[in-house]
Amino acid sequence: MSVYKLSMEQMRDWISRLIAERTLYGVQQRDERFVFGRVERPEELRLDYDVTILPPKKYVMPPRENLLAYLPQEHYESLWADEPFVPLGVHPYDFVAIRQLDLLFERDNPDEHYLRRRKAAAIVVVDVERVSANVFAGCVGTAVVEEGFDGLLTRVEDGYLLEVRGAKGEWLVSLAESLAPATRADLRQRREVWANNRRRLRKHELKVTPERVGQLLRESYGHPIWEEKARQCYSCGSCNLVCPTCYCFDVRDESDWSLRKGVRYRVWDGCLLEEFAMVAGGHNFRAAKAARYRHRYYRKGLYVPEIIGQLACVGCGRCITACTTGIANPVEVFNRLQEEPHEQHAAC
Amino acid sequence: MSNMPRAEQETVRDIYRPRPASIVRTADVTRIEKLFELELESGEALGHMPGQFVEVSLAGFGEAPISVSSSPTRGPRFELVVRRVGALTGALHRLKPGDRVGIRGPFGTWFPVDSDLRGRDVLFICGGIGLVPVRSAIQYVVDKRSHYGHMFILFGARTPADRLFSDEYEQWCAPGEATFLETVDKRDARWTGAEGVLTTLIPCIRFDPGRTVAVICGPPVMYRFVIVELKQRGMAEDNMFVSLERRMKCGVGKCGHCQMNHIYVCQKGPVFRLSEITDLEEAL
Repeated sequence: MSVYKLSMEQMRDWISRLIAERTLYGVQQRDERFVFGRVERPEELRLDYDVTILPPKKYVMPPRENLLAYLPQEHYESLWADEPFVPLGVHPYDFVAIRQLDLLFERDNPDEHYLRRRKAAAIVVVDVERVSANVFAGCVGTAVVEEGFDGLLTRVEDGYLLEVRGAKGEWLVSLAESLAPATRADLRQRREVWANNRRRLRKHELKVTPERVGQLLRESYGHPIWEEKARQCYSCGSCNLVCPTCYCFDVRDESDWSLRKGVRYRVWDGCLLEEFAMVAGGHNFRAAKAARYRHRYYRKGLYVPEIIGQLACVGCGRCITACTTGIANPVEVFNRLQEEPHEQHAAC
Repeated sequence: MSNMPRAEQETVRDIYRPRPASIVRTADVTRIEKLFELELESGEALGHMPGQFVEVSLAGFGEAPISVSSSPTRGPRFELVVRRVGALTGALHRLKPGDRVGIRGPFGTWFPVDSDLRGRDVLFICGGIGLVPVRSAIQYVVDKRSHYGHMFILFGARTPADRLFSDEYEQWCAPGEATFLETVDKRDARWTGAEGVLTTLIPCIRFDPGRTVAVICGPPVMYRFVIVELKQRGMAEDNMFVSLERRMKCGVGKCGHCQMNHIYVCQKGPVFRLSEITDLEEAL
């Protein structure tokens, strides 16, 4: 295990080197909230944020991503983005979400657009310092990550610990000057941070184990909660928009002024939006709000877990914060299904 | 792969990149449906099976999932029938022989012409443009006639003007080997055939539910009624195959639009054995 200790000064130098060497994305404060953006000076970077408005998913699956360029005569050329970059300061739950996307884009028909961009990223995770209002990562096992990252930062008393993995990790640490290995006391401190975070990141208490959510949903297709909650749903898709594990997309064309060439790109889409399952001619296969609302929870708790073997909600709590009418709390939904089981459900 | 130019290697694995195809021939099928005979510019066959679909691309307009309407037994060219409903399909309708389109696919599952249908009597039940994908299977059966028993085709159109492929029915149905029945929901002054919904044709045929396999394709509203009718005639859900329409945007199981419950229709469909989806709430 390669874990190093960086003093605050070494940390600052290291960030400067990263900015000089690569495109660096990190968290910055905007008024009272935090966002991921391009970092150009070390002092812009905040590692003590609570949660960002949008998840860092946007760097591996951009809100708008060019796929193809088209030229006259139906000639298409693939557009690749493989410029190396560093998202630094990704919270563990957001990193787990990215790892889930890795599995989903890689399986069956590998999505080379996603995979190349992902391969170009050296991701540095940071352990959570400040607990956000609605986080429940501690209930779903995503408060801490112990693998898969290129770098992992943990704030300790007089600086940061940096653990690195693999070739990208080696490169990350090569940019720092003469680092001391972490001491046993440092590692003990880190274990305390982890234990604390598993305990602290529970602003909502899930009363069912993540493994049990799928079965619970299988028994709850006809549960009254779907209608009840959806009555207040605006179908605005905010819950989709801020979700680190949502990856549905639409594909569109944009021609230049000559109308002879342009780009085909994908944009984030959301299953709560009314037209999501509508086909040409106007038939809507998921016309009812309740059906769309339910579909989202089934994606997170049953359908995607069936593919990747883990809950597809990482407990960031962003949907809870984003929802205008306060109906998007997954913990509330799953707890209710647990506490008030629905007998006459229909199977799905 | 090592012999390919570098640029080609770079792009070869892009699941979103269409292959160029050119239009060999077009023909008006109805007032709003047009047939396109296409040829991949590479000269290869499409490699499809009856019931599969392709994503048809027109730069600047996007892509649409369109089922292949011709049988792979008819050579490397293939036919699509496109209903004019929006910007993309409107633009497609303006294309002429020699023009190009992009093609991705074939995608999805197919009618089990080489397994379940083989050696059995075959019952095709099609409403409106549901006949478009099924025509591929009909041609397949016609071209390998000795592999199948009796072929029933039941076809319902909204009006006589909405009938598709009417000049081909005779060629599909050799006397004694096939039964073709059709109806229209609403007759016009010249129509002398049956009037009524598609299900009214089912009592008109005699088939052995034990040795017949049904293939059903039509508008969403049609399935329940046809399935109920066939079940009453003793047909098992294992022996019914349906082709379901959804918004298959990417065709490769990623974009999410075609999902019905946990099933990506572009991957596990569009053709399903009925018994495999009877518990699926969002299927029918």
